Amino acid sequence: MSEIELTQMKMEGRLSRPSTPSRARTNRAAQRTFFIITLVPVVLIIIVATALVVRAYPILNSYSFSELLFGDIWRPNDGQFGFRPFILGTLWVTTVGVLLAVPPCLLVSVYLAEYAHNRLRTIAKPILDVLAAIPPVVYGVWGLLSIVPFVDDVLAPLSERWLGSIPFLAVTQPTGFGILAGGIVLAVMIAPLIISVIFEVLSTVPNDLRHAALAVGATQWQTIRTIVLPQVLPGIVAAIVLGASRALGETIAVLMVVGNVPQIPTSVFDTAYPLPALIANNYGEMMSIPLYDAALLGAALVLLVVILIFNILSTLVLQRFLRRS
Amino acid sequence: MRFKKKHSERRHIVELSIKIIMWLALLIVAGALGLILWTIISRGLPSLSWEMVSQVPKGGYYMGKGGGILNAIIGSAYLATGGTFLAMLLSVPIALYLKAYLGKSRWGEYVRLSLDVLWGIPSIVYGAFGFALMILLGMRASLLAGIIVLALVELPIMTRAMDEVIRRMPADLEHAALALGSTKFEVAMNVVTRQMLPGIITAILLAFGRGIGDAASVLFTAGYTDRITTSLMNPTASLPLAVFFQLGSPYPEVRERGYAAALILTIIVLLVSFGSRWLSARLNRYSIK
Repeated sequence: MSEIELTQMKMEGRLSRPSTPSRARTNRAAQRTFFIITLVPVVLIIIVATALVVRAYPILNSYSFSELLFGDIWRPNDGQFGFRPFILGTLWVTTVGVLLAVPPCLLVSVYLAEYAHNRLRTIAKPILDVLAAIPPVVYGVWGLLSIVPFVDDVLAPLSERWLGSIPFLAVTQPTGFGILAGGIVLAVMIAPLIISVIFEVLSTVPNDLRHAALAVGATQWQTIRTIVLPQVLPGIVAAIVLGASRALGETIAVLMVVGNVPQIPTSVFDTAYPLPALIANNYGEMMSIPLYDAALLGAALVLLVVILIFNILSTLVLQRFLRRS
Repeated sequence: MRFKKKHSERRHIVELSIKIIMWLALLIVAGALGLILWTIISRGLPSLSWEMVSQVPKGGYYMGKGGGILNAIIGSAYLATGGTFLAMLLSVPIALYLKAYLGKSRWGEYVRLSLDVLWGIPSIVYGAFGFALMILLGMRASLLAGIIVLALVELPIMTRAMDEVIRRMPADLEHAALALGSTKFEVAMNVVTRQMLPGIITAILLAFGRGIGDAASVLFTAGYTDRITTSLMNPTASLPLAVFFQLGSPYPEVRERGYAAALILTIIVLLVSFGSRWLSARLNRYSIK
């Protein structure tokens, strides 16, 4: 029992307005109520996961895991439910998005944490806040109006001219809709999260370390490269994984620019059909086809499991970092 | 004593070039925001009219005839307000409990971890979960179902944001109140809530902004209708879905109005975002530093 609680108990005997026992009772009742409410988030995760497992059970029961995860053909009418095109579509779009987002995000957050004056930081924060606040569907509109034509008119011809022989960059899709457009939109969407988390991680490095390096004559970049970044490398990786988990589940914005053709992608200019788009486009309709509804919830389950793994790992690493400060 | 720096040294050149690259990266990120806003404004403004925000769709609206999207604006306001209110009922006690009772205990860390995990679950999964639950209960798409699912989406955002600010409350204040004989409950209600009011309001508005823009969670659960909803049990339109559906139209006039709807949604979200910033700056004057 802490000092404070002890004092509190001693004093509770004397104070009488309102009467002490009733105050203590209120406190205990509040504690119990609050505790029960606090169980909600923990229980909610279990309920969501259980509900998906239960609803997807029919399909998990009638097909083997490998049939579902590695099957190439998606024809619900004929009872064929292969998730592979969708899983690969998700992975392609997410990978492109993360690859595009990481270098600028890393540079921006290092600049904001290590170089920038306070004035620039106070300008940068609202910019990131607004980027984070813009709804996904607006990102989708932007992608449709700017990025798809940009990919079609600029990037595709460029790539066709100079990079066509590189396997992942062959231009196959003449419309601009596809993985690259989806990846660019995703990169902008996850940037604010990645930047702010890396910034926070960087600010946990004690200033003494920086001062010591600078005092022996290192330039600022040398200090960052040899002292600061190695200290927080796991945190940076965790921030990127967190961004990736956000990208994996992004639905509407990606759906609007990615083309939605179930095929195995071979190039960033291909169209793809990620899992969230599959759910959004088909769930709630055509429930008369047997197992269709179970298959779509199975897709949601696959998505949930992957995201939970990514999320828990990155959160655990980040908690360790940020608690230390 | 000052040494003359040799700026031709390799490491100084590296320093300079890294700085330039960082500046470029900063410009890219700021430029992306500028580009988004410019695209939405320049394409949305031409078809934005008073009719759009003051009328419900008339017959033939989806073929380019008259009307507006008042049904979606009102619907989104209902959905986000309801969802935010519901989420608030849970998240204020959780945030207070985390601060006043749990502090940095192990159980507190578990609760925070579970909130982070919930935050990471994509809204499409909440939407699918909600719809699966609705089938089980025999409900159909309705305002109420949309509100409940939005509350699930908003709960972790709101609670984590509150927890972040509440955690920064000076420990002295809490100790002073305890030393005067307050119970923990009294600390939570009379000290933490008052001191941290600006942060709590910011968190609520942040979650409201997320809620009003979220499409994937209301896609199956709230449905869509051309009328203004009058009952919790009826389906309702929402702005993100109004944007989404109109963009899929083969008629250019309808697509144009989809851009205008996106502009309306963006304006609302930005107003909420700046409003919360302004409000919290104002209220912050009254809390103890």
